[in-house]
Amino acid sequence: MGQVISELKSCYAFVERNFNLVKRYLGWEIVFMVYNIVNALTIGFIGVTQGRERVLYLVVGAMIWGFLSILFHEVSESVSWERWEGTIEYTFMAPVHRFTHLGGMCVYAIGYGIIRSVVLLFVVALFFNLSLQNANFAAALVILMVSSLSFIGLGLIAAVLPLMSPEKGSQATHIFQALLLLVSGVYYEISVLPRWIRPLSVVSPATYTLRAMRAALLEGRPLGQMGNTLLLLLVIGLLLIPLGLFIFNLAEIYAKKRGKLKRSG
Amino acid sequence: MNSAIRCIEITKFFYEKRSGSGSKGGLLGWGGKKRRLTAVDSLDLEVKRGEIFGIVGPNGSGKSTLVRLISTLLLPDKGQIEVFGLDVVKEKFQVRKMINRVSVDAAFFKKLSCWENLSYAARLYGVPIKEAKGRAIEILKTFGFQEGKINQPMENLSRGMQQMVAIARAFFTSPVLLLLDEPTTGLDPKSKRQVQEFVLKVREGHNSTVLLTTHDMDEADRICDRLAIIDQGRFVALDTPENLKLMVKGEREEVSLEEVFMELTGKGWEEE
Repeated sequence: MGQVISELKSCYAFVERNFNLVKRYLGWEIVFMVYNIVNALTIGFIGVTQGRERVLYLVVGAMIWGFLSILFHEVSESVSWERWEGTIEYTFMAPVHRFTHLGGMCVYAIGYGIIRSVVLLFVVALFFNLSLQNANFAAALVILMVSSLSFIGLGLIAAVLPLMSPEKGSQATHIFQALLLLVSGVYYEISVLPRWIRPLSVVSPATYTLRAMRAALLEGRPLGQMGNTLLLLLVIGLLLIPLGLFIFNLAEIYAKKRGKLKRSG
Repeated sequence: MNSAIRCIEITKFFYEKRSGSGSKGGLLGWGGKKRRLTAVDSLDLEVKRGEIFGIVGPNGSGKSTLVRLISTLLLPDKGQIEVFGLDVVKEKFQVRKMINRVSVDAAFFKKLSCWENLSYAARLYGVPIKEAKGRAIEILKTFGFQEGKINQPMENLSRGMQQMVAIARAFFTSPVLLLLDEPTTGLDPKSKRQVQEFVLKVREGHNSTVLLTTHDMDEADRICDRLAIIDQGRFVALDTPENLKLMVKGEREEVSLEEVFMELTGKGWEEE
């Protein structure tokens, strides 16, 4: 029990540190928030001439993608960020299990993502005078939590790239994130994609998240009717997180063999 | 167990891209032609408990690589390292609880305040926050650090002050082995002296073992019980500062450690 409490305290170190960083970089946080809001609004306006449902479809896509990409970005860039600050060696030699370290990053990413998404939802709802009377918020919340697992897993796998190659790895995580945006049906049905690219949509967990979230928020569908999607998302998440941790562990060994934990790598 | 550190035939290689080979480095930096550099070459070392052990040598001689190996940030290619009898590869978690390190560049989140950085460290090392704050302020005061500055962002502090915070951060976790990797490089003479005094004080008060790497021969001479001179990843001499001087003294009345280095390596101190 003492060990668990000690690990939870260490886990909190990363959450507290990152929220402190948010406070200290408040100017940039406001810039990103404004950009996100404007982005969601401009996408929403595209659908205005096509009816209310289309606006909701687009806005929900923008919001969910915003949340999932925050999760992915915060987890995958955690190594790059520490390297840029010059603290990577200090963090990696601390007596903290890597599971705890990455767990702390994930807890922070979920909390930070929720705060940003709530602000976005509030502003967008005001702007488009959206009514979500039929929405099943409880179901949406469950879907979001279950989907978070798979995005954390993807983030962990992507975090390996900057660990192995400081500059190119970080570039690769951005390409990966952009590909997810392309294939997951964020702003359009995946049926409009060229046939050869659709297999990527099938393997992207964001495809199922967006589908289920739209069903919950726009149609008010209960969880019971989305059992298969939910189960699939859960299985993907439960596979990706241990896989991500395993790969991260291998990459850390590689980085220590090749001397890539330094600031310059 | 009288040894704080035991290194047995430690070797560490790095791989560097060959310049002018036309290689692009391949995907994620893999592939491409590389050459092998030996950073640490079959080193044997034993540092006794409670000792201040110095390693002096020019840039690129392998000092920092050795410190990184001991602090679990690098894996050796050959050999074995033990810290208080624990293998740094197999028992890294236990080793990390006993050590702390101050590096040449004070590794901080520059936008975070001094205290925010210290509280992060305290949580990582399981030091209760109140206790950590008290200890940190006490240590910082010995350096003449004003208490009010503890809430200042690190980027607003001078290089010397940042290094003092780094030292306070390392000490307030009460490490039994302290790895000081060029802790005074870039500090003004007064700050340098304060850090040196503090290291001596800590050794007396806490019975910590200190491994110090430095460029500064006078510093090594002043505070180290024993010294190793390292060049191209190998120790060329290891003894007390006095004995090292005696080794090369000959007919001269007095020799400095710089002269000892030049004599033993056949190189000038600034040559590297």
